[in-house]
Amino acid sequence: MSEQVKPITHRIVRSRLLIRDLIAEAVAGMLARPGRTVLTILGTVLGVAALVATLGLAKTAGNQIVTRFDALAATSVSVSNRTEGFFFSPSREDVSVIPWDAEDRITRLNGVVAAGTMTLVDTEGELMSSVPINDPLGQTRYAVDVIAASPGLFDAVIADLGTGRFFDSGHDLRREPVAILGPAAAARLNINRVDQQPAIFIGDNTLAVMGILDDVARETSLLQSIIIPNGTARELFGTGAPAEVHIRTEVGAAYLIGEQAPIALSPNEPEKLRVRVPPEPRAVRSGVESDVNTLFLVLGGVALLVGAIGIANVTLVSVLERVGEIGLRRAVGAARRHIASQFLVESAAMGFVGGVIGASAGVLVVVAVSANRQWTPVLDVQVPLLAPFAGAIVGLVAGLYPSWRASRLEPVDALRGGT
Amino acid sequence: MSAVVELEAVSRTFPGSPPVEAVKEAYLTIDDGDYVAIVGPSGSGKSTLLHILGCLDAPTAGRYRLLGRDVGELSDGLRTALRGTEIGFVFQAFHLLSYRTALENVMTGLVYNRTPRRDRRRQAREALERVGLGHRLDFTPRQLSGGERQRVAIARAIAPKPSLLLCDEPTGNLDSKTTASILDLFDELRTDGLTLVVITHESAVSGRAERQVDMTDGILIEEAS
Repeated sequence: MSEQVKPITHRIVRSRLLIRDLIAEAVAGMLARPGRTVLTILGTVLGVAALVATLGLAKTAGNQIVTRFDALAATSVSVSNRTEGFFFSPSREDVSVIPWDAEDRITRLNGVVAAGTMTLVDTEGELMSSVPINDPLGQTRYAVDVIAASPGLFDAVIADLGTGRFFDSGHDLRREPVAILGPAAAARLNINRVDQQPAIFIGDNTLAVMGILDDVARETSLLQSIIIPNGTARELFGTGAPAEVHIRTEVGAAYLIGEQAPIALSPNEPEKLRVRVPPEPRAVRSGVESDVNTLFLVLGGVALLVGAIGIANVTLVSVLERVGEIGLRRAVGAARRHIASQFLVESAAMGFVGGVIGASAGVLVVVAVSANRQWTPVLDVQVPLLAPFAGAIVGLVAGLYPSWRASRLEPVDALRGGT
Repeated sequence: MSAVVELEAVSRTFPGSPPVEAVKEAYLTIDDGDYVAIVGPSGSGKSTLLHILGCLDAPTAGRYRLLGRDVGELSDGLRTALRGTEIGFVFQAFHLLSYRTALENVMTGLVYNRTPRRDRRRQAREALERVGLGHRLDFTPRQLSGGERQRVAIARAIAPKPSLLLCDEPTGNLDSKTTASILDLFDELRTDGLTLVVITHESAVSGRAERQVDMTDGILIEEAS
């Protein structure tokens, strides 16, 4: 019988747990109590779903806001002289680099809907009135801004006519003494209809009122001004050059026109012109996103934290419940690190599964909300792909303490427990 | 004769006030192929002795040599490895995983001791066939009777082909008829050449062993056979 004995003269080989076995044991542990596993995962599912839905909805909403914004503001471009203050009328020809034919030059560009020049006319302190007499008892003369405009300006700033008509390029060329009144200016001058061809007086000059504006979408300064053709302004007041050009573009063309307009207006010195284009949509979008994000990301983070605490809690309970199993595994050769890694992988796997389900739910929420509001759902591809790993990390961190507790159990004590 | 187990003046004292000396200066030699029953009332220290024999616990004094190797000199990790390869445990409470089949339960005994993956299923099936459960491979413990559960546990213990099988009240949860069949199985394993140590307080169990060691208040006395 003695020949059967194998005294341990060789080195004792340490215990080992293959990665495949580790994963198999962890998955089996998870599936052992499916109901409990589902409940454990629920917290992570909610947290990850909240995060994914938040990121997706913020991006979707941001995209939506920008689309609406585009329609009005993103089609507006204006060009003025860099050397002068904005909306300043140069009195000498050589100061402004904007030519009188700016309207023609700009409307030739592809993507321009309408364009016109706008210049504050220096009337040298003359007052305006609608009656040619001096009434000593009442005020009949007022200081009202006079603006010289090319005919296209009305379309470029989206002006609505209340009564009468706009002047056209014929009036401009013939330098006719005609004027359009902004509604506020008309009220001050006591003119409310044009069918009897009322006249206004600027110093010694008489101008026929052709029409009265109702409203202006852009450049609301026109509402309280007297608007005359460029030619008339040059004839009567010696206006030197246009001060600025207003351009209405097609949607999406604003940036291109913003680059092209200075060259079209002043091929020799485009750098002397200042261009105002609508804010970059991306900037607006990220602004909106960061507003929405900070609030909801905090909520999502809190949900994820609650999920982590849930996993930690259940894993800890599970460790206490499975004391017998731990003891047995230690008895059949499992080292402390094997016990710890089994529970760690179990909790990480629960977090991962929670992340997968949560990411799917989050994407569904984004799509459902978008469908309901008739928005275009927008979501970074990385978000749902990375979410499961975020869940796994949450599970891993949550499992640290319970796993450590499990690995510290003495096998003798563990085996004393039941099951 | 070559000894599997050699205890020399082994003591195990649990700290406290007063300290409890569960095992007092025990001398015991178990040779290869021995069938030893350790008998004593509960609280006599026989479980502590079994834990020491199984490298689950370390003596506070004296020397324990397993297969010629001084266990006291080994680190925790090496003692763990020794359990996985050289010692099989059978517990009163079976300690089966309720959600795994009999075959999978036996295979857990082979996961940690470097048995190649491809050999585990075969080795586990052979062990289950050895204990007469070849027809119950895919049954979960819930579907098995008490005696069958203990047979699964025995299969798990013998699957790694250990040098020593330690049984802690293996029939404590079984009726007399099932107990008899388990004892028959022990006899067969003994015939196969396995070294067996059984802790019990039942004379029916200890009577089947060829050596009987009495334990009272931590003191070992071997009865002349």
